[in-house]
Amino acid sequence: MAAVLESLLREEVSVAAVVRWIARSTRGSEVTALTRPQDNPGEAAALSSLRPLRKEFVPFLLNFLREQSSRVLPQGPPTPAKAPGASAALPGRPGGPSRGSRGARSQLFPPTEAASTAAEAPLARRGGRRRGPGPARERGGRGLEEGVSGENLPGAGGRRLRGSGSPSRPSLTLSDPPNLSNLEEFPPVGSVPPGPAGTKPSRRINPTPVSEERSLSKPKTCFTSPPISCVPSSQPSALDTSPWGLGLPPGCRSLQEEREMLRKERSKQLQQSPTPTCPTPELGSPLPSRAGSLTDEPADPARVSSRQRLELVALVYSSCIAENLVPNLFLELFFVFQLLTARRMVTAKDSDPELSPGVLDSLESPLFQSIHDCVFFAVQVLECHFQVLSNLDKGTLKLLAENERLLCFSPALQGRLRAAYEGSVAKVSLAMPPSAQAVSFQPETDNRANFSSDRAFHTFKKQRDVFYEVLREWEDHHEEPGWDFEKGLGSRIRAMMGQLSAACSHSHFVRLFQKQLLQMCQSPGGAGGTVLGEAPDVLSMLGADKLGRLWRLQERLMAPQSSGGPCPPPTFPGCQGFFRDFILSASSFQFNQHLMDSLSLKIRELNGLALPQHEPSDEDGESDVDWQGERRQFAVVLLSLRLLAKFLGFVAFLPYRGPEPPPTGELQDSILALRSQVPPVLDVRTLLQRGLQARRAVLTVPWLVEFLSFADHVVPLLDYYRDIFILLLRLHRSLVLSQESEGKMCFLNKLLLLAVLGWLFQIPTVPEDLFFLEEGPSDAFEVDTVAPEHGLDAAPVVDQQLLYTCCPYIGELRKLLALWVSGSSGRSGGFMRKITPTTTTGLGAQPSQTSQGLQARLAQAFFHNQPPSLRRTVEFVAERIGSNCVKHIKATLVADLVRQAESLLQEQLVTQGEEGGDPAQLLEILCSQLCPHGAQALALGREFCQRKSPGAVRALLPEETPAAVLSSAENIAVGLATEKACAWLSANITALIRREVKAAVSRTLRAQGPEPAARGERRGCSRACEHHAPLPSHLISEIKDVLSLAVGPRDPDEGVSPEHLEQLLGQLGQTLRCRQFLCPPAEQHLAKCSVELASLLVADQIPILGPPAQYRLERGQARRLLHMLLSLWKEDFQGPVPLQLLLSPRNVGLLADTRPREWDLLLFLLRELVEKGLMGRMEIEACLGSLHQAQWPGDFAEELATLSNLFLAEPPLPEPQLRACELVQPNRGTVLAQS
Amino acid sequence: MILTKAQYEEIAQCLVSVPPTRQSLRKLKQRFPSQSQATLLSIFSQEYQKHIKRTHAKHHTSEAIESYYQRYLNGVVKNGAAPVLLDLANEVDYAPSLMARLILERFLQEHEETAPSKSVINSMLRDPSQIPDGVLANQVYQCIVNDCCYGPLVDCIKHAIGHEHEVLLRDLLLEKNLSFLDEDQLRAKGYDKTPDFILQVPVAVEGHIIHWIESKASFGDECSHHAYLHDQFWSYWNRLRTPGRSSCSVFKSSLASSWKKSPPKIIIRIGL
Repeated sequence: MAAVLESLLREEVSVAAVVRWIARSTRGSEVTALTRPQDNPGEAAALSSLRPLRKEFVPFLLNFLREQSSRVLPQGPPTPAKAPGASAALPGRPGGPSRGSRGARSQLFPPTEAASTAAEAPLARRGGRRRGPGPARERGGRGLEEGVSGENLPGAGGRRLRGSGSPSRPSLTLSDPPNLSNLEEFPPVGSVPPGPAGTKPSRRINPTPVSEERSLSKPKTCFTSPPISCVPSSQPSALDTSPWGLGLPPGCRSLQEEREMLRKERSKQLQQSPTPTCPTPELGSPLPSRAGSLTDEPADPARVSSRQRLELVALVYSSCIAENLVPNLFLELFFVFQLLTARRMVTAKDSDPELSPGVLDSLESPLFQSIHDCVFFAVQVLECHFQVLSNLDKGTLKLLAENERLLCFSPALQGRLRAAYEGSVAKVSLAMPPSAQAVSFQPETDNRANFSSDRAFHTFKKQRDVFYEVLREWEDHHEEPGWDFEKGLGSRIRAMMGQLSAACSHSHFVRLFQKQLLQMCQSPGGAGGTVLGEAPDVLSMLGADKLGRLWRLQERLMAPQSSGGPCPPPTFPGCQGFFRDFILSASSFQFNQHLMDSLSLKIRELNGLALPQHEPSDEDGESDVDWQGERRQFAVVLLSLRLLAKFLGFVAFLPYRGPEPPPTGELQDSILALRSQVPPVLDVRTLLQRGLQARRAVLTVPWLVEFLSFADHVVPLLDYYRDIFILLLRLHRSLVLSQESEGKMCFLNKLLLLAVLGWLFQIPTVPEDLFFLEEGPSDAFEVDTVAPEHGLDAAPVVDQQLLYTCCPYIGELRKLLALWVSGSSGRSGGFMRKITPTTTTGLGAQPSQTSQGLQARLAQAFFHNQPPSLRRTVEFVAERIGSNCVKHIKATLVADLVRQAESLLQEQLVTQGEEGGDPAQLLEILCSQLCPHGAQALALGREFCQRKSPGAVRALLPEETPAAVLSSAENIAVGLATEKACAWLSANITALIRREVKAAVSRTLRAQGPEPAARGERRGCSRACEHHAPLPSHLISEIKDVLSLAVGPRDPDEGVSPEHLEQLLGQLGQTLRCRQFLCPPAEQHLAKCSVELASLLVADQIPILGPPAQYRLERGQARRLLHMLLSLWKEDFQGPVPLQLLLSPRNVGLLADTRPREWDLLLFLLRELVEKGLMGRMEIEACLGSLHQAQWPGDFAEELATLSNLFLAEPPLPEPQLRACELVQPNRGTVLAQS
Repeated sequence: MILTKAQYEEIAQCLVSVPPTRQSLRKLKQRFPSQSQATLLSIFSQEYQKHIKRTHAKHHTSEAIESYYQRYLNGVVKNGAAPVLLDLANEVDYAPSLMARLILERFLQEHEETAPSKSVINSMLRDPSQIPDGVLANQVYQCIVNDCCYGPLVDCIKHAIGHEHEVLLRDLLLEKNLSFLDEDQLRAKGYDKTPDFILQVPVAVEGHIIHWIESKASFGDECSHHAYLHDQFWSYWNRLRTPGRSSCSVFKSSLASSWKKSPPKIIIRIGL
């Protein structure tokens, strides 16, 4: 591999040729077509010999750059602690540290031998640190390197490379050859400044702190370095037949052999060459004295050591990036930014002078000999990628444009960046995450009718409350240290899941769960506790301006400190964590299955959503306004899809994920055989293929990536998913940013796809060799090139806000730059903010599908010539009017029919008597009579749409719309609305009528049932009533007090005055006449209490307040009170009054306690009852009769019998002189009592 | 009416192991003349209910029931007209109505073959005339009319108060021309749990947006605020998707500190 670079550096081949060479190999076009007309035959010859190695070139280049830069200490995010394996620290094994950091990945392959002699040829070391088993390639590489080092190195190449070096001496002795294996010398990129012993080895970019959220990910899989590798060993390739591979046995053994040889070679070299002398002072950095300090080394363009070489490498590197030959564009940019903002260089001499391997070839002389070199290189690369930079967010652009190093090294680039900054509108805002809102009760789906039983309905009711209780508790506590989801909520969640017995309840709950998920988590940081949200009342006093500042301040304070480096693992930020933990804690198979079903359905639905398509010709201002809306809609759909797909992936692959390392060998084969049988939870391959065909990759791929990011280790090995990865790889390769043309994908769309795909390729479970895969025959997945004219891909649907929302890790670039400005050491993690998206709620209405036929084609043609907003307006109007039409029909026609049904039912009930017949039969009869009327619905609906649509269209379209256009738009809207309404009505009207009638019937029958009297006609207050009557509650309470006084026990001084009693009854009358506050139970109790009061009056049991002489109520007063009661019962009570209680044994028994017993009041009362028609004589007789059966004291029974006889002896018809009789009555009663 | 914590605690202090009788309430009124009877009764009732909740279990052991029943029987044999049951309840510090229910249940168990159903018991308590034993009927009736915290009459009063306040609230809404859906309309739409009123157009009250209103015609102490939140308010919030501070429950009177601690999403308001 190095040979290629070597020949490049020697200018034997041009950069363009090299890139063509690489690209061709990675694109998998035929191997033989190497020579092209424009290729210099010499170059072609030079490269053709290296043909088998093409695929290794990019990984080689990337690793080479990482290694070279390892002495640079940028102030990036802190490096995660690595497993400092003993072997990793040993010299001669430079791959060790970085391999160690990629723990999980390296487990796929046999660990490389801990070869530790410094004799190993440096170039081969680089090859060897790649993948373990890549035998043929390794072999080839070694051969090549040997050739290079043996023949070319000491020659002109070296001299040319090191322009300032002495031409006569080999590069090795002049330069400061790095000891790559020395940890002091090559601390990990991005680590904190080294203490004397604190440095850990790393050669690559290792910026990712492991997030705690990744409880499911494998413990050691950090995204610490890019997946750079050789062609996988499993893939038989053309290389094996190449001259380099011929005759060499494949497999690991050959690699071992090779290593051994290299080691020997190296030790020989070491013995031959003396320990190198000190570096030339002008080249060496002045760092030794400043190594421990934090001061930055100034970078000076004049002190760049080997411009030409750097320029060349930068060019090749840039070309690789531009051609998408590197797996992750943004990771490379991050690396370049790190170089740009490197603070200083660490040299080996001071810390580890004795370890300096002899290196001969020109590549071994460090590419970056000083900070100046690093910055120069970085600026060179950045110049090539101005287009990408200019599309970053405004904040990053500002920091870039203000970077003094950039200004110093390339004023031109700085100028362009400044201009880009000034013109940029891509202000990525950190929107407030929405506070958690509950999903509202959905009457259509959460209705009782949608549950199998009352029990299921009520269980769901409870579950909803438990769910939100759990959610709120999580919100309150999840940020507290020591709070544990499982401990805090696990058992409650499982108890709740345990209640979901019926399958239908599961689907209800899953729907709630999914809705809540979408509602809360459409922004990555969603609902992470809102400081300002808590007290908006206070803040509203501040005024808009100050509030804005406060928001910004809060934004700064609240923003997550780090999103986990440029390649964070898939996480569940913010409230997504709740849903993740909920799924885990619930650990319910049924729930997961229902959830997957529901998520799959929703994903399909959203993925298929007909999003408006851009018309490129439309360039007036109006379209721009339209696009904002369309972008917003796209963003909502895309973010929802990503969220759903993420959870689908999480749940779908949950059973296969575990902390154990991925299986290998036979075990893997058997697992593969098993897993390949299992159908995918969602046919993502087809969806991807269709998405690519329909040019909707920008919608489909981002969510697919989220889905795949949760795949387990076996998944990429399955044929089904391998096809997907190959498709994605091809897509990735094809997204060359510099190629922009009409009808192709928009720049930011590409950038989004590159970012998400690049991120996917870094996921630990995605084999790192996948990216550099030599594609096999996979024509089956050829993307259909006959794509629709303007797919979604060509529409500018992605903006920076969406880009940063989907890929918060791009914000790491800004963070790097900001750290550089702030001069912070990187220990604190910096202040860069994670980008949170704007709140997005509610998906736009799905435009209705137009019917076929000429009319529809005409309508399409019409829309085609009009701005897209017109179409949207018409479709929107049609959708709304259609829906309103249905509601209107429901409220008018159906409601009328229901009323008819009710009156018919009443008739039926009257004619058939109480029985009324079987309800089901009744319903059938009614429906057969009423359902035919449903046919009117279509005509009414048509009329409604006709009437309502034009006005709405007119109101929504611009005033200036030409009349003809307006009328066409109106007509189309009418047609679409009618179509929609009639389609629904004709399909559902009968069922709707049936349902409503059924409800009415059961309502009526229920009402017929238990309490006809209570439902009897009720009089309201009179119109003049001002509702000033005493409240019923007060009256009950007052009467209760009198009753309790009467029943006792009471203090001697307790009692009521007759006036009070009279007043009370008067108030009772008022209350009964003003029905405003009276509810039936209160009236019932008042009635009962009044009867009790009457009994107490009759029995003279009410203690009267006053002089002791008057301790008993006067006869006259008692009668007056009884009269009042009688009139209340007669006139004012509307409910039944339990008058028979007057003759209950208990109340009559009250008389037994009085001495002397006085029966006259009772007799009076009974007579009055009969006279007023409140009770019938027969009824009273029956009551009196039953009284005899009770156990009474002997004399009382006698008196009772007398009373009974007296009452019965009365003439049935009361005479006018009854009043007179009354006056006689007491005497008789007294006599009776005394007898 | 808003009470300070100190005021509330002073009242509550007076209610420790006081029987829920007319006399107790009268004493309370004399002691705190500045407080309305409704507030005092509400606090009394709540405090007493708390007390009963704490001690309920010990009265329901079979030994306790048996001993009460025997004491009742002995008492009425001596003098059926004396307030045996009421005195017993007061003596063992239990609500008279609940004691009546206990004894009635025990009595029916003894006199009828099958265990009495709950509805039979309730019906007898509502109308003691149905109780087959005259003496017991009188005793039970006495307990019920003398109990100001429990029993069918008290339940009815509470229910009536709730209803009245709902009506008052509705009148107020109508008077202010606020469009709303009431509980019945919401139920007709299929809602399982609903507040008293949902405003069709939210209003702002003292800087808070109000979406729904629930009337609670009672004194709001910490305990009841908490219980209502748990049983009702959160349920409404769960269903009505009301962003931010957005709802309102109206208490007749309340303890100052209790409702201030309520979560920001639900506003507690005192008085209409």
